[in-house]
Amino acid sequence: MTLTPRRGGMVILLSFVVALLLMVLPLPEWARSFRPQWYTLVLIYWAMASPQRVGVGVGWLTGIVVDVLTGTLLGQHALSLSLIAFITQKLHQRLRLFPIWQQSLTVLLLLLVEKLLELWVMGTVSQPVPSLLFWAPPLIGTLLWPWIMVVLRDLRRKFQVS
Amino acid sequence: MVLDHRQHHLEAVRSFLSAMVYPLHVIVDFPQSTVDWFTENLVSRNTLQKEAEKLRKENLILQARQQKLAALEAENMRLRDLLDSSFKIADRVLIAELIAVDLDPYRQQVLINKGASSGIYLGQPVLDANAVMGQVMHVNRNTATVLMITDARHALPVRVNRNGLRTVALGTGKISELELPNLPNNADIQAGDLLVTSGLGGQFPPGYPVAVVTSVTREPGQPFATILAQTKAHLERSREALLVWTLTPMIGLDDEIASSPDEQVGKKPGEDEPDAGGAEQ
Repeated sequence: MTLTPRRGGMVILLSFVVALLLMVLPLPEWARSFRPQWYTLVLIYWAMASPQRVGVGVGWLTGIVVDVLTGTLLGQHALSLSLIAFITQKLHQRLRLFPIWQQSLTVLLLLLVEKLLELWVMGTVSQPVPSLLFWAPPLIGTLLWPWIMVVLRDLRRKFQVS
Repeated sequence: MVLDHRQHHLEAVRSFLSAMVYPLHVIVDFPQSTVDWFTENLVSRNTLQKEAEKLRKENLILQARQQKLAALEAENMRLRDLLDSSFKIADRVLIAELIAVDLDPYRQQVLINKGASSGIYLGQPVLDANAVMGQVMHVNRNTATVLMITDARHALPVRVNRNGLRTVALGTGKISELELPNLPNNADIQAGDLLVTSGLGGQFPPGYPVAVVTSVTREPGQPFATILAQTKAHLERSREALLVWTLTPMIGLDDEIASSPDEQVGKKPGEDEPDAGGAEQ
């Protein structure tokens, strides 16, 4: 196991870069609050598929990059993404066996946890409480999960990421 | 997080990381800037001629106004000299373009394509063609983040243009809406009043238009009136921003009035005038 060479690091990196690009892509004003949490979905997938490579460290790093990219408080996303990565890593063996709809529900829960932590941080620094639309991205992310999962799985098999 | 929020110790880290993610911003901005480039370059001769004509007329009108303004300014300075007050309106501006990326939807901020390499400093005022837009919050090498005046963390010292009533305009977090808290019920303010920057706090140059009061609600039971104002700047539509260097800030008033924690940094900008190809106004 330890002797097998690590392959496909570029694929993982590239999927994260695409997710980050989608995060700052300009959208019309009405669609902005519906933007799914792309980077979280990608992180959950990789933490589930190859937990020995993508874990809390990668989650934290992604979070810091997201913070800088979107201009939030440094560490706001890092905190929540580290937690998400940790939970996914703990659950990865169970998650892999779940049927896709059950997986989606678990993902919904994880996405909600991320949003909750974000709300908590926003409350602590006394930003105004956002409207109910704040909770829309996790739902959209859940609906997107099957597709993201299939696309990333095919990518992983094609490039034999281990 | 606490360090970043309270003391801004992590500015260096943030600006280093920003330099690393700068390519991502450029890639995202690429389609928009390409479209802009094409629309600029592929216009008919006719349109160009019309536009040139229009601009020439506008220029003429503005020049005429400028003449009057110069005379008025000179007179104003003379009068102020008589009163022995040091006060100058001589600003230097630099035009920057907004980079088309979406930042955090729950904060009002934008990214511009000029950074520390153009001499931008922390807390620098940013205007658009109509009015005050905001101030620089993070400076990176090639980009800078601008906090809009409507962000919930922003406070701007203003006065009512009609009678000089001073107050502070707070952002509400909604686009193009400001709130004026702590004005008593009997304050002389009404819908339609123009708010201009008062220059207190030393951060913004005085006299720039900010917003127009839209509604004044006076509840007899409440000590303060609820006053809302609409920004004059088109925060959601403008593609260009003007960065202003105030050449002689009002030092001395700085310590007395502090409007928001974000505005504490980067004071006395006139002392190290950056040489950044700006034009004298």
